[in-house]
Amino acid sequence: MRPLTPAKILSICAALAAVLFVEVVVSLQIGAYHMGARDIVVTLYQGALGHWDAMPGEFKSVIFGLRLPRIALGILVGAALSTAGAGFQALLRNPLADPYVLGVSSGAALGTIISLIVTPHAPGAMQGAAFVGAFATVAVVYFLGRRGGQLDSATLLLAGIVAASFLSAVIMFLMTTISGRDLRGMAFWLMGDLQSDPRIDLRWLYFLLIVAIGCIFTTSSDLNLMLTGEQEARHLGVNVNRVKLVVYICASLLTGLAVSVSGAIGYVGLLVPHVMRMLFGTDYRLLIPTSAIGGAIAIVLADTLARTVVAPSELPVGAMTALAGAPVFIYLMRRRMR
Amino acid sequence: MSTVAGNNPLSARATPPGAPDGLRLRVEQASYAYAATERSAPKFTLGPVSLEARERELVAILGPNASGKSTLLKLLAGLLKPLSGRVEVDGEEVSELELRTRAQRIALVAQESELLFPLRVWEYVLQGRYPYGKRLRFESEADCLLAGNALAQVGADELRDRWMDQLSGGEKQRVILARALAQQPSLLLLDEPTQHLDIGGKVELLRRLRKLADEHRYTVVVVTHELNLAAEFSDRIALMHKGKCLRMGTPAEVYERDVLQQVFEAPLEVEIRNSGRPRVMLGGNR
Repeated sequence: MRPLTPAKILSICAALAAVLFVEVVVSLQIGAYHMGARDIVVTLYQGALGHWDAMPGEFKSVIFGLRLPRIALGILVGAALSTAGAGFQALLRNPLADPYVLGVSSGAALGTIISLIVTPHAPGAMQGAAFVGAFATVAVVYFLGRRGGQLDSATLLLAGIVAASFLSAVIMFLMTTISGRDLRGMAFWLMGDLQSDPRIDLRWLYFLLIVAIGCIFTTSSDLNLMLTGEQEARHLGVNVNRVKLVVYICASLLTGLAVSVSGAIGYVGLLVPHVMRMLFGTDYRLLIPTSAIGGAIAIVLADTLARTVVAPSELPVGAMTALAGAPVFIYLMRRRMR
Repeated sequence: MSTVAGNNPLSARATPPGAPDGLRLRVEQASYAYAATERSAPKFTLGPVSLEARERELVAILGPNASGKSTLLKLLAGLLKPLSGRVEVDGEEVSELELRTRAQRIALVAQESELLFPLRVWEYVLQGRYPYGKRLRFESEADCLLAGNALAQVGADELRDRWMDQLSGGEKQRVILARALAQQPSLLLLDEPTQHLDIGGKVELLRRLRKLADEHRYTVVVVTHELNLAAEFSDRIALMHKGKCLRMGTPAEVYERDVLQQVFEAPLEVEIRNSGRPRVMLGGNR
């Protein structure tokens, strides 16, 4: 027996964080203005220490003004979606659960669009509306996914698909009311886009991200038991209703956060937790933090590819994740059916 | 920090000094009804039922389908709160125990255990230590020792590194039982544990439960359809029929031909063997 220890969690997370750091440095190099890896590391170090005067002005504006905010947004979105996916998979007892597949992302997107139409300038309104949209969609899908008082995997997925297409139709309808100039940007955003909006205060979003991931992490030993079924978890002393409520609220909040700033990026929430399970096992105490960092790695990679494969033009990051994610989703689904 | 009970961590916790004669489980006129609606009467009502079980006793709950066996077991496990009467374990009302405390006293082996993602056997058995930990709980060496002992107790030591979804029905049943033992309960409840086992597996499981009760002081309550195995291995039998406990006593007291024929609606014959335990056979009128 080799039970999980905090030291093991920390060392694996540190290794993944190192991978993420290398990836960020590589991603920061890419663009019209060329910078060496050494320059980037030195500039990041100086920035971290607050030595703004010590760095060349163009380095400062290119890294901290242009490239890093986009990467920081990618890290936030990836961590949020992956953790939400891992949470939904345990909550709904369905390995194919993911904010995108369940229609939760569409719910959050609808909330965001409604807030853009109704209160375009209110601070935090987009995030709040996205959270409400995500929360309401999970509730509806959860309710529709039950058969005979029990959650049924197939019914749940069907409910998610139906919810997603219905909400997409409502989004399309609302978009016809938007002027042509904003429409292209909106369509791009809907497919998943990391063009950061200067009005967004990332510090607040990161604060909420860490709180929500932290709350889900505190339930991780309970989630381990819930994988064997709610009834069994209850026998073993888990306060199932409390755990479900915490994960439900936090996973909806994470989805809302991600969608409100980057649109509906698919499959990250599904694939990253599965890859982490394959690499590090199914223990949620390890899965939650590794999914968060792994999600960040996945989105930064997808965004870097999205910016380079058709340069100087660029693809929405959601298109990249869907290109990679859809075949893997089908593979996982078929493997489960066998 | 985990607690390791008593000198022998393999055994059930001792009955508290307040309880008379090692009395572990006391059910007093407990009844239950599944929610009635405004338009319809309750679909099923149980009881009132009374029964007692002491340490080292194996009690079998028998009866045809829909006779109330599982409902009674849920009352014993504290998953349902009785509408009237009391269910006490070690002198305390079960449904009022805090969740983790209850899981430290009572372990329930359910009919099915379907895992969402594959787990190793030792990871599964370590879950039985959950009620003793705090939030996030990282398993201590004592937990690993107890989980290992639980596996050894059910003869599944060699399975510890196998995947749960690669076990046979009998192996899986032993591992599920090991997780229940890792909880160090005083009361062990099993809901139709022989359901998916062949006859060899059924005999082995009942023999093992008998041994756990005899040697490790567990009180075992098992719901089963196996009339002969129950007669062979249990100390007492509760015979359920249409939501009522029709008979309660030793196998020889409960197994009367007319009673069994009435309850199971089958032509059953009863013979008393040399050991004093009854045996049930199919009668002539098939």
